[in-house]
Amino acid sequence: MSFETMLSTMSIGMLRTIGIFALTLLGALPLGMIVALLKKSRFVVVRAIVNAYISIIRGTPLMLQLLVWYFGPYYLFGMNIGDWRYPALIIGFVVNYAAYFAEIYRGGIEAIPIGQFEAADVLGYTKTQTFMRIILPQVIKRIMPAITNEVITLVKDTSLAFTLAYQEIFSLAKQISASQTSFMPFIIAGVFYFVANYVVAFVMSRIEKSMDYYK
Amino acid sequence: MILQMSNIRKHFDGLEVLKDISLSVDSGEVVSIIGPSGSGKSTLLRCATFLETIDGGTIEYMGKAATHTGANGAAEYVSPQELRKFKSYYGLVFQQFNLFPHYSILKNLIDAPMHVQHRSKEDAEATAMELLEKMGIADKADAYPYQLSGGQQQRVAIARALAMHPEILFFDEPTSALDPELTGEVLKVIRRLAEEKMTMVVVTHEMPFAKAVSNRVLFMDGGVIVEQGKPEDVFDNPQEERTKKFLSVFER
Repeated sequence: MSFETMLSTMSIGMLRTIGIFALTLLGALPLGMIVALLKKSRFVVVRAIVNAYISIIRGTPLMLQLLVWYFGPYYLFGMNIGDWRYPALIIGFVVNYAAYFAEIYRGGIEAIPIGQFEAADVLGYTKTQTFMRIILPQVIKRIMPAITNEVITLVKDTSLAFTLAYQEIFSLAKQISASQTSFMPFIIAGVFYFVANYVVAFVMSRIEKSMDYYK
Repeated sequence: MILQMSNIRKHFDGLEVLKDISLSVDSGEVVSIIGPSGSGKSTLLRCATFLETIDGGTIEYMGKAATHTGANGAAEYVSPQELRKFKSYYGLVFQQFNLFPHYSILKNLIDAPMHVQHRSKEDAEATAMELLEKMGIADKADAYPYQLSGGQQQRVAIARALAMHPEILFFDEPTSALDPELTGEVLKVIRRLAEEKMTMVVVTHEMPFAKAVSNRVLFMDGGVIVEQGKPEDVFDNPQEERTKKFLSVFER
């Protein structure tokens, strides 16, 4: 197999990796906010459920969670899991990352001085307005460094899709390397992850800088 | 009567902070509240502005009741939607300014008028610039709060409250976070508002200021109003032992 063939075969894997990455962020960034807000719910039961969810997600390996999402429906409900691989994969990633994002959001919200909430309240803002207009923009600025860390981890974590035999770049690299007895696929995959994270770091630092106009 | 607080009771974790306090403020009046730390002055303002809920008593603005007394004697508030309408009657200036750091000075002044009171941008900006002019900081309209001194920030906070056209303005120790140098410029602004007959309630430790600017002074201690009256009476001829003792600290 020529280098060009190898590269073009693996480029499909790269697209799939980017797909997992994008869908996970798309799902987990908003879901994490919902979880963070539910954690502050006035209902004890809701808070207990959210706390249990976060501690289970953080306390078990993502690899294991992916296997549970994939095989669970079959073992629990006898569901046919033929078309279930990709949904299970995305659900597994989203649910996992949402828990980590939720904790970052929570920390960010709690770091906003109480006076900001009170000033908004006295001015007559509704709770939603207070959150969207006053609190959230300040939270986002504060949590950007932590979010960047998570996003970079996510780029590398997508390789865990290999557990469900989903052919993203890492699975493909391993496969092609075995069949061609070549080391090259690993180097290609390594360069891909590195470049992807370089881009992520660059974009995130631009976003951070765009919020540098205030302290 | 702009504000009428009657028989207010408030406790925190079993500690009674306000014991049956009544305060009414008429249009154009400037009321100063003085007293030692922990006397309940700030709590009284926070109850008046609904940042704290009262346990008993009633609060009325412009003759409209925001609370009523329930069957068991406890205070019950009107619905949150109804309560929000009361917020247009008053403004509050905090000790720590609490400007919105991500908004420019101008945006700090126009955001609530536009999004809470649904005024037009032109209208809100015109009011805002007029107020900044009056506060002597019109040149800072495009700056951000962190670029201003404490005294300037507090003047912006006063302008932000005034931009909502409140009937009454509360000040919670407006100069306590400021250097003596910067205190003067803020007090000057409040004094000028008093001359314009703005209705105000000021919790303060600035005794000469309280004496000069207010129509009425309240001395609070231990959750009650110990003494109140004209500033010259309370300051120069206090009747209560507790008041005399407190005021003597400020004499040199």
